Amino acid sequence: MSGAPIFGLTGAALVGLGLFGLLVQAAVLRKILAFNLLGAGVFLLFGVVAQRGGTAGGGADAVPQAMVITGLVVAFAATALAVVVALRMHQITGAATISESDGAEPGGSDAA
Amino acid sequence: MSAVLAFLGLLAVAAGAGFFVAGTAGVIRFPDTPSRLHALTKADNLGLGLVVLGLLPFVPGWFFALKLLLVWALVLLSGATAAQLIAERVRGPEPPA
Amino acid sequence: MTLDGVLAGVLDGLLAALVLAAAGWTLAAPAAFPATIGFVGFGLLLTLAWVRLGAPDVALTEAAIGTGATGVILLLAVVRLRGGEEEVSAATPGRALVLAAGLLAGAVGLALALAVLALPDPAPGLAAEAAARTAPLGLGNPVAAVLMVFRGLDTLLESVVLVFTVLAVWSMAPDRHWGGRPGPEFPRQDDGPLALLARLLPPVGLVIGIYIAWVGTDAPGGKFQGGTILAAMWVVAWAAGLVQAPSVADRRVRLMLVAGPLVFVLVGLAGFGIADGFLAYPPALAKPLILVIEAAMTLSVAAALALLIAGPPEHPPERVT
Repeated sequence: MSGAPIFGLTGAALVGLGLFGLLVQAAVLRKILAFNLLGAGVFLLFGVVAQRGGTAGGGADAVPQAMVITGLVVAFAATALAVVVALRMHQITGAATISESDGAEPGGSDAA
Repeated sequence: MSAVLAFLGLLAVAAGAGFFVAGTAGVIRFPDTPSRLHALTKADNLGLGLVVLGLLPFVPGWFFALKLLLVWALVLLSGATAAQLIAERVRGPEPPA
Repeated sequence: MTLDGVLAGVLDGLLAALVLAAAGWTLAAPAAFPATIGFVGFGLLLTLAWVRLGAPDVALTEAAIGTGATGVILLLAVVRLRGGEEEVSAATPGRALVLAAGLLAGAVGLALALAVLALPDPAPGLAAEAAARTAPLGLGNPVAAVLMVFRGLDTLLESVVLVFTVLAVWSMAPDRHWGGRPGPEFPRQDDGPLALLARLLPPVGLVIGIYIAWVGTDAPGGKFQGGTILAAMWVVAWAAGLVQAPSVADRRVRLMLVAGPLVFVLVGLAGFGIADGFLAYPPALAKPLILVIEAAMTLSVAAALALLIAGPPEHPPERVT
């Protein structure tokens, strides 16, 4: 019961940290890591809502928890795809960043 | 469950936690990779073993106990493999006998 | 506050501090490799936070997929993306931009923190409604009941997302490699620690993976967690060179990949005839039907995860097989 505000604040801080990393990190792989931190923060907020929404008899609210499980699998798929795009871009252009000086458009998805 | 068993269990868990603290200190403080591996595997093998042993008096049935022991066995196997692989990487493969 | 409450608060506070410290290290680490190790540590600490939040199903998923499978993919990429430090430091934004990003991220984090503190009391939730809808079907694990019944469409779409992701990853391969085996090829280990692990672990791991998928309807576990363990067993044998990845043209692989979503859609469509509509189950048949879907999905999740870890084909197809 006491855990909810602490982990809620942790989730908020993780979203902030991940967003900051996503913006300032130059290397694509580090951006992917930061993006995963951001996602983890969002999931943690869901977890707090799930714990608070629990019924008196049963445990936590299963609906947000199930959504987090779905989200984790989709986040993994997105990470796997992002990593492959980054590797392919590195293979073709030799670049490890998506700065505009490489000639690649920011966003990375059209680089491959 | 008798109070004596519960007390012994808690004692084992505490001892296991002690191994983890010592192992972590070793990983941070030891100067080279082999000694750090030594510290790490001690924490994993003995520390986790003691924690599992200490939890056994509290399990609700034999199947739980079996699963706990399996966790320990799997950590032993994967820990030993990882330690061997890292050590091999640091020192180079063993010359053929 | 009772002593138990204080102790729980201290434990949660320590755990939260460690989670944030690991996240900070993941961002601040000097190189990609230690940053990725930091991320794996972060994921394991977060797993404990999920246990503390009363969400063992999420904790299992976080450990297996969010930390294990993601960590393997990232580590494989780190090894192959070595170099480029000058380029990275040239592309690192200047101080003004970092400050602006910091202010923005700080504002977003602060706003979320205020929102967390201002959450309504008593909290609204769907727990009661979900329980009322899923109770007649006799699933012991409320999370599995939500995944399969209350929000079955989400789970169906998610399983399709996995198939599409594998297709997207495969299409990153150059044309000449199409039809080849996905991923790097590892030398065959006949001796040594990895060879031993790759022979000892999979028999045990396959049983555990199937068990975790099987108990999922009644206890923490399920197709995603169990499927990840099955995929991991294949990855161990693959990394030791004992098995080769099947060619992307292999029909059996493609069938395995789509079996789960296919069974899911077929059972869902059957709902029009035998129950109230798409993805509805007749109460008497609900559990067997859900188990059939779960079994097929476990297989497909395992195939998708293993193929995503292996990546796109990296060699031209062999002429003679």
